[in-house]
Amino acid sequence: MIKKILIIIFTTYALTVNVIASDDGELTLKKNDPAIIEDCFENFNRATFKFNQALDGVIFQPIASVYRKLPSPAKAGVSNSLENISHLITIPNNLIQGDFKQAGINTGRFLVNTTIGVLGLFDVAQHLGLTGFEKEDYGQSLASLGVGPGCYVVLPILGPSTARDTVGSTLNFLGGDPWYNVTVRNDTQYFNEANYYSSKGVSGVDFRAKNYDSIENLEKNSLDFYASVKSLYLQDRQQKILNTKKIIETQDDSDWEEISQ
Amino acid sequence: MKIKRIVLLVFLYLLNCNYSYSIEPEIFVQSTVNRASKILSENISKEKKMDELKLIAKETVDIRGIGFYTLGPVRKVINNEQKKKYIVLFEKYFLKSFSSRLAEYTNPEIDVQSKEILSENYTIVNSILKGTAQRPEVKIDWRIYTKNSENPLIRDLIIEGLSLARTQKEEFSSILNSNDNDINALFRTLEEFSKN
Repeated sequence: MIKKILIIIFTTYALTVNVIASDDGELTLKKNDPAIIEDCFENFNRATFKFNQALDGVIFQPIASVYRKLPSPAKAGVSNSLENISHLITIPNNLIQGDFKQAGINTGRFLVNTTIGVLGLFDVAQHLGLTGFEKEDYGQSLASLGVGPGCYVVLPILGPSTARDTVGSTLNFLGGDPWYNVTVRNDTQYFNEANYYSSKGVSGVDFRAKNYDSIENLEKNSLDFYASVKSLYLQDRQQKILNTKKIIETQDDSDWEEISQ
Repeated sequence: MKIKRIVLLVFLYLLNCNYSYSIEPEIFVQSTVNRASKILSENISKEKKMDELKLIAKETVDIRGIGFYTLGPVRKVINNEQKKKYIVLFEKYFLKSFSSRLAEYTNPEIDVQSKEILSENYTIVNSILKGTAQRPEVKIDWRIYTKNSENPLIRDLIIEGLSLARTQKEEFSSILNSNDNDINALFRTLEEFSKN
C-alpha cells in the first residue's frame, strides 16, 4: 500500500514538475544542473537520510568492513557477476536511447560472460574487445527523452534519487528488469525471490566496500554531510545522463572566471 | 675605467635577463603530488603529516580563490570586514579538512596522464590514483589556475568527475539557506569545525 502511495506521489511530481522538451544536449545539461534541482521535501529527506545512516551503521558498514578484507579475486568475481546482471537493464536502455551499437556490444558481453565467464564471475568479454560498459537505467533514458529531474528525494534504504529517477526505478518492477522478471515476477523453476533480493543486498555491500574510505572520510570532514551526499549524487547523475566523463561539459566556468587573485 | 666598464656590462646584462620561468601545469601537479606522497609514506605521526601537508597546500592551492567560489553569490553582498573574517575562517577550515582527508592515505601513487587547456586561465591536468587491494583505481583531475604561469595554483580536485569545490559550494549554500543566508551562521559552523 505504502509502495503504491509512493509511486503515485512521485509519478505525480515527475509529471507536474517536469516539462517534456526536445532532446538538446545543452538543455539536458541545464535541466540536470545540481544547483537548480530543488529539495522540495528537505525535512523528510533529512529524516530519511538519518534513518539510512543508522541502517548503514548497523548493517552495511560492518558487513562491508569484513567484505573488503576478502582476497581481491573473490571481490572481483562478485563485482563482475553483479555487473553482468546489470547488463539486463542496461541493454533495453541502450536501445531506448538509440545507442544500438552499445546495445550490441553489451549483448555480446552478457552472452560471453554468462557462458564462458561462468555466470559472469570472469569478464572474458573484455579480452575479446567487448569493452566500454557503462550502466544505463530508466531514469537516464527518461532524461534522454527530455524529462527533467523534478525534486531531489532520499528514499528509505535505497538512498538519494530524484522524482524522475524514482519513476525510472519503479519501471524495473513493472516488467522493465528481466532479472526481476525471472526471479520475483514470474514463477520459474531456476530462480526465486531470494536470488533477486540477495543480489541487491550484495550489490549494496559491494558499493559500500568500494567506497568505504571515501564515505568515512567525507562524513568526517563535511560541514553538512547530507548536502555533500546530495551534491555528489546529483553531479554523478548529470554525468551519467550526458554519458560524458568530460568535466568541461558538466561544469559552469562562469563562477570561476570572475574570481581573480 | 675597467671596473666601470665591467659594472656597466653587468648592469646591462641584468637588465636584459629574463627571470620569468613558466611552470607547466602537469609538471606542477606531478611535483606537488610527489611532495605529498613523500610525506604520506614517512614514518611520522598523523598530526605531523597533517602539519606538513598544510604547508604544501598553502604554497600550491589558491585557498582564497576557492573560498570565494565556495561562498557563491553571497560573496557579492557581504562587506569587507565580513570578507576578511570569512577568508581567515575558511583557510583554517580548508587546511584542516584538506590535510585530514589526505592523511588517511598511505603511500598513494598518482600518475599524471595528460592535460587539457580550457582557457588562458585554466588547465585541467588528468591523473590516476593507482588502485590497491582495498580500493579501485581512481581518476583525479586537477583544475589549475594558470593566470600567473610562473605560479600556477590548484583550484579544484575532480574525483571521478565529481568536483570537490562544487560539492563544498553546495554544502555552504545549504548551511546559508537553512539560516536565512546569515553569514554569521556559516562563521559559527566554520569555527566549530576548526575547533574540533
